[in-house]
Amino acid sequence: MKKSRDDYLTIFFISIIGIYIFIALAFPMYAILSKSVENKDGIFIGFENYQSYFSNPALVYSIYNSLFVSIITMVITITLAFIFAYALTKSRMAGKGIFRSIAMIPILVPSLLSGISLIYLFGKQGIFRELLMGYEIYGPIGIIIAEVFYTFPHALLIIITALSIGDARLYEAAKVLRSKPIRTFFTVTLPSAKYGVISAAFVVFTLVITDFGIPKVIGGQFNVLAVDVYKQVIGQQNFEMGAVVSVVLIFPALLAFVVDRIVQRKQVAILTSRSVVHEPNKNKNFDTIMFIYCSFISVFILTIIGMCLYASLVTFWPYNLTLSLTNYQFDLMDGGGWDSYYNSIRMACYTAFFGTIVVFAGAYFVEKSRSVKTGRTILHLLSMMPMAIPGLVLGLAYIFFFNHPDNPLNFLYGTMAILVICTITHFYTVSHLTALTSLKQIDNEFEHVSSSLKQPFYKTFFKVTVPISLPAIFEIGIYFFVNAMTTVSAVVFLYSSKTNLASVAVLNMDDAGDIAPAAAMGMMIFYTNAAVRIVYVLITKKILVRFQKWRTKTTS
Amino acid sequence: MEQYLSVKNINKFFGDFQALKNVSFNVKEGEFVCILGPSGCGKTTLLRVIAGLESQSEGLINQNNKDISLLPPDQRDFGIVFQSYALFPNLSVKNNIAFGLKTRKQNKEVIDKRVDELLKLVGLSDHIDKFSSQLSGGEQQRVALARALAPSPGLLLLDEPLSALDAKVRQHLRLEIKNLQRKLGVTTIMVTHDQEEALTMADRIILMNNGVIEQEGSPQDLYSKPKTAFSANFIGTTNLFKAKKISQNSLEINGSTLECNENIEDDLLTVTIRPEDIKISQNDNEKNIFKGTIKELEFLGSNIRGHIEVNFESEKANVICNFASEYILNNNIQNNSAVSISLQPRALKIVKT
Ligand SMILES: Nc1ncnc2c1ncn2[C@@H]1O[C@H](COP(=O)(O)OP(=O)(O)O)[C@@H](O)[C@H]1O
Ligand SMILES: [Mg+2]
Repeated sequence: MKKSRDDYLTIFFISIIGIYIFIALAFPMYAILSKSVENKDGIFIGFENYQSYFSNPALVYSIYNSLFVSIITMVITITLAFIFAYALTKSRMAGKGIFRSIAMIPILVPSLLSGISLIYLFGKQGIFRELLMGYEIYGPIGIIIAEVFYTFPHALLIIITALSIGDARLYEAAKVLRSKPIRTFFTVTLPSAKYGVISAAFVVFTLVITDFGIPKVIGGQFNVLAVDVYKQVIGQQNFEMGAVVSVVLIFPALLAFVVDRIVQRKQVAILTSRSVVHEPNKNKNFDTIMFIYCSFISVFILTIIGMCLYASLVTFWPYNLTLSLTNYQFDLMDGGGWDSYYNSIRMACYTAFFGTIVVFAGAYFVEKSRSVKTGRTILHLLSMMPMAIPGLVLGLAYIFFFNHPDNPLNFLYGTMAILVICTITHFYTVSHLTALTSLKQIDNEFEHVSSSLKQPFYKTFFKVTVPISLPAIFEIGIYFFVNAMTTVSAVVFLYSSKTNLASVAVLNMDDAGDIAPAAAMGMMIFYTNAAVRIVYVLITKKILVRFQKWRTKTTS
Repeated sequence: MEQYLSVKNINKFFGDFQALKNVSFNVKEGEFVCILGPSGCGKTTLLRVIAGLESQSEGLINQNNKDISLLPPDQRDFGIVFQSYALFPNLSVKNNIAFGLKTRKQNKEVIDKRVDELLKLVGLSDHIDKFSSQLSGGEQQRVALARALAPSPGLLLLDEPLSALDAKVRQHLRLEIKNLQRKLGVTTIMVTHDQEEALTMADRIILMNNGVIEQEGSPQDLYSKPKTAFSANFIGTTNLFKAKKISQNSLEINGSTLECNENIEDDLLTVTIRPEDIKISQNDNEKNIFKGTIKELEFLGSNIRGHIEVNFESEKANVICNFASEYILNNNIQNNSAVSISLQPRALKIVKT
């Protein structure tokens, strides 16, 4: 068929987004892979770097350590999150909304903040030090507790979704057949939630094995892969070895990614459009037990965040416990001062703004355009890749690619722009999937109607698709913002003295021993993200409703 | 009259699967053509090929003396209504209808006038500012129709436009769409799987099965002169028998000899007879009279449908007949009554299998 003007425009835009993703993802990844097989002078030496890596027992031991904490955290988080999700979806206990909000708190703070909090709780001068009965919080124990805190909401969200899709008709059938609750659980609830649980397990595993903030803060002598990358690069300036460890780190992440994709595909198949939402029955004992359980978890989360809040306000722990804002005088410390906080806000705004545009446009072309089928498939595959790449690896890859003297994009190095590009790429996949899900719910015939009415596709896009998708667009923007505020791993290699960031400042102040200011800066990130979330809820509740009265069915 | 649209030798493959097999037909200017067939037979695919939303693997399409085979949809001249209506939910009725009017830099008054005109045409003037979620299914349907007609397209394409509606609304809209089409004289192709809809609305029906055109013709032709067993069976209800040739005008069914007015050519053939062409006979001297037993009577209002077990020579066979209800009641015919029926020679039609 001949190409219409729409087709040419589509090809043009897909190419632009495709080129963007190649520059922001494919080329840097190639750079890091080739770096791992080169020596210091940039000469190809095959697998020599890998040989020296695997002949160094200290480094190899990190693989074992990484797997150990990842698997233990995975088991604990999934168990805790499953029961919590079960309580939220299958009981009629009071306070579900509050429990749910509390459970989301860890998403709003940098992962390493929980490590700092644990130091205040169980460290050498910690309040509850005795509870550890002689064990050290620095090491695997601290890492695992902090990682559980950090990964809990991620697992919870996935499992809640999985549990809510359990078809009510199956529960009714089970009831009519007089199935005992336990049996219903094993024959109805568990099978339909199975894929969600597996998927959540892999997500947790990946988050932990690629996280470097927590083990850096509270790991002590306990080395893990992610910290090794950091130490090789920042500590020893051994970029080649950093690249090698990165490649090693990609493998478990990649494996988790592949399994997750397979499992997700199966889960979609269960969810038929005819499924009916299940309304749980009241059951006093069960509801009470669940309420107590959720209260415990909430107290755990609130303790961690509350400890940080308290520590940030105490003048000089543990000697002068009067409350003051001394620790918030960041300009008096190393780490970038208040400027790093403002930089973070700017970075988060840019990321939210440009990220949302790129992601939504990309998803639109993948899902809705009629022409260039291969181009769309490639675009989709590229959009799925960032999920499999640890932030630390992405950041290091950016050094190799953008800092290369022959790269015409070299001027980006050390600027705000590279931080924004890196962060957009790092969090691309989840946003892409959010956009796709929302676009899939829009009738595909809209594009066809418009072309039959001789209207260009962008008119339909701006007048129909975007207004209908506003909730998803806001969701993506918020996601980018919150993550840009909290991320450390991807940007820790890329910031410059002019573009210091709040999350990195937390890391550096902690490193320099200024733990209280580090906690204070972490809390600044928390206040900001919490405020943004609250504003977002108000916007969706009040303003969107007013501008989107077409969503309501009332006839006026 | 001029051929407005001609579709020639269209083949369409989805991978290995062939959805359209050498499909050719013509549509005259101002004609209302229904593409009828069971679901999955390729109707929608055909319509989308005509619209350019799907590209044919082979074949040509001519519209208004112009070869449009390779043109993208926005360079073809048609309006389309989808089964889902695809109304833009965030735009008012007015803006939905005006959506296709705004390219030609027409000024606001002209557009407003055209929208009013169309709303009057489909009888929705009171709903101009509503959103689609505030309209009933039938109303949404009419808005979609008005939107498709707004730029005055040369060709109107409708894909199962009524299938999502209640029976009552459907019947009403059938007439309305038909009248509208006649009034505007717009050439129309409608896809449907509902034979009653096709029979009541179409000037001409194109009957499809498995990606092939089985037969085309006026509703009367298709009903009274089915060419194939599929046509006979799909349109209306019918009886089908396997038969053997005896002579040019006589054949054998289950061992019994019957006369037939058509010329018999093949040795083995299929014949069909419509239920309403079967009469209860008082006169045993007529041709093609058989004895049988009433097995069941279905009350259909003014008609009663009888399932009769007919005693052919070598084997019994079930035959469906339609009777006037009055006749059945007056003659006290009941289950297990014995009757004689006549399969009149002029009602027996030979069809291809
Ligand atoms: N995009 C497609 N890819 C593969 N097969 C298709 C596609 N569209 C339709 N088909 C197949 O072609 C056949 C005809 O489909 P369709 O034209 O929608 O039938 P109808 O409208 O008559 O119900 C069906 O078997 C359908 O599964
Ligand atoms: Mg169809």
